[in-house]
Amino acid sequence: MNPEGRLTVGLAQIDPVLGDRDRNLEAHREWVDQAAAAGANLLVFPELSLTGYFLKDLVPDSAIRLDDPVMKELSALSTDLDVVLGAVIEDPDHRYFNSSLYFSGGELVHLHRKVYLPTYGMFDEQRYFAPGDRFRSFKTRFGRTGLLVCEDIWHLSSAYILSLEGVDLIICPSSSPGRGITTDERLGTAESYRLICRTYAQFLTTFFLYCNRVGFEDGANFWGGSMVIAPNGDVIAEQQDADEALVVASLDLAQVRRERLANPLLRDERLELTINELRRVSHERTRKPF
Amino acid sequence: MSGPASLSEPVFPPLVMNPELVKGILIGFIRNEVRKVGFERVVLGLSGGVDSSLVATLAAEALGPQNVLAMIMPAKTSDPISRSDALQVVQQLGMHHLEIDISPQIDAYFARFPDADQRRRGNKLARERMTILYDQSFAWQGLVIGTSNKTELLLGYGTIYGDLASAINPIGDLYKTQVWQLADAVGVPTAIVQKAPSADLWAGQSDETELGFQYRMVDQLLYYLVDRRYSVKELKGLGFEEAFISDIVRRVRDNQYKRRLPVIAKLSSRTIDREFRYPRDWGH
Repeated sequence: MNPEGRLTVGLAQIDPVLGDRDRNLEAHREWVDQAAAAGANLLVFPELSLTGYFLKDLVPDSAIRLDDPVMKELSALSTDLDVVLGAVIEDPDHRYFNSSLYFSGGELVHLHRKVYLPTYGMFDEQRYFAPGDRFRSFKTRFGRTGLLVCEDIWHLSSAYILSLEGVDLIICPSSSPGRGITTDERLGTAESYRLICRTYAQFLTTFFLYCNRVGFEDGANFWGGSMVIAPNGDVIAEQQDADEALVVASLDLAQVRRERLANPLLRDERLELTINELRRVSHERTRKPF
Repeated sequence: MSGPASLSEPVFPPLVMNPELVKGILIGFIRNEVRKVGFERVVLGLSGGVDSSLVATLAAEALGPQNVLAMIMPAKTSDPISRSDALQVVQQLGMHHLEIDISPQIDAYFARFPDADQRRRGNKLARERMTILYDQSFAWQGLVIGTSNKTELLLGYGTIYGDLASAINPIGDLYKTQVWQLADAVGVPTAIVQKAPSADLWAGQSDETELGFQYRMVDQLLYYLVDRRYSVKELKGLGFEEAFISDIVRRVRDNQYKRRLPVIAKLSSRTIDREFRYPRDWGH
């Protein structure tokens, strides 16, 4: 972090090679060097950045165990700046998780296993992956941070839980395929994500980093559109094109405090009320006769 | 009935699109899917119709006209206008082309089957062209780029392993109505965009006469049926005739086989395409 309370973030809007971890790791090294040269303190890669997205039966071949020697190579990416990357993590019980990993100072700081695995339309993640079972924030040198992977943000509760943990920053690595052609300038998917990300930033008064990939897999295009959003909902930086790009933005971290003074939504949030009502809803569901 | 596409006629609103956005995606698609598997070039059958003229235009922009080989493959039953339209596209784009009259090889084959009907001869023409495209694909070191649109694919209005065969297809998710819009926007000659669509497998053939309905009508129905998943009852509620709906639903169902690989008899615990599932772009 820069001394004056600023954080320079980089979003690596990349095009991974499908099922070639070694080539992708090499590319990660190059992007880390480029981001470091641009003065970034934190670099975010997209979902499954080490492997590509539509892996299907390549999931087990692409997986990494946390005791695998390659973990040292991943950790080493974060010597000079913090790095978030996407990988398939195999647990000792041989379940495979679509995971996002946060590295800092050469160490793994946090691992988020994607909770909401889309299995509809063009998606088939539950066929290949096991779902994560938690949303947990963690401390970084830039403040409290939460990771949500792509589909996770289509469920309001995920970001809401992180918000009540007091996060300053939500990071969302994504591999979102573009679809929906109308007369609009952008694809329907791009418009939807922009709306969701801005809504979270503004409602939860946090910084929101969205890093989506580009390129094509089996004819599906990934639309990029990576963006950095301030706690008031303003888009600070954005790469609208679907080209490989490093999006860099300088964040004034104190903006979270000022935004929460002006707009004390988090202070007024009724956690107990919410829990009680959710418990009631859950209870009533179990009492349905059939 | 043949109802050529009038560019001034309003298009069914849900199928109106931003052509710049779509063009950008399709050019990216061609570049990416061709280059990452180690190719620089493509080869296509250029009939002089709107679909192949659009694909030729997109390919020339994506890869450069020097990397596109247009195969013009008339038979003696082909309309001479098709050939001259195809040559106009070649000239306009500055791409390579090769012309092969396929009549001798067709005639040599059907000399043994003089009673073969028009449909059988038409399918043979389409498959003859396919074998030439794949041979040229090898000789020219270019991928075969397909030109079947979403309307044709859904209705099965194509010859399996004939014109339906290709390595990559940039326009398979665009209805004919959308092909017209995009072709016009990227500069395909207006005469080609506006002429009555024809597979040109025999003299005077017209898609819309043969199918029995206009593309503009069927595209609307297909949009609601396929993209929006309307039920038959809901489609009737929109004002579509019941007989038209059931004809289209039947066509889509009966031609499913043309959109799939051959059925494999399942024996092992890991059968290709059932449990053995890998992306086409494996390792690229």
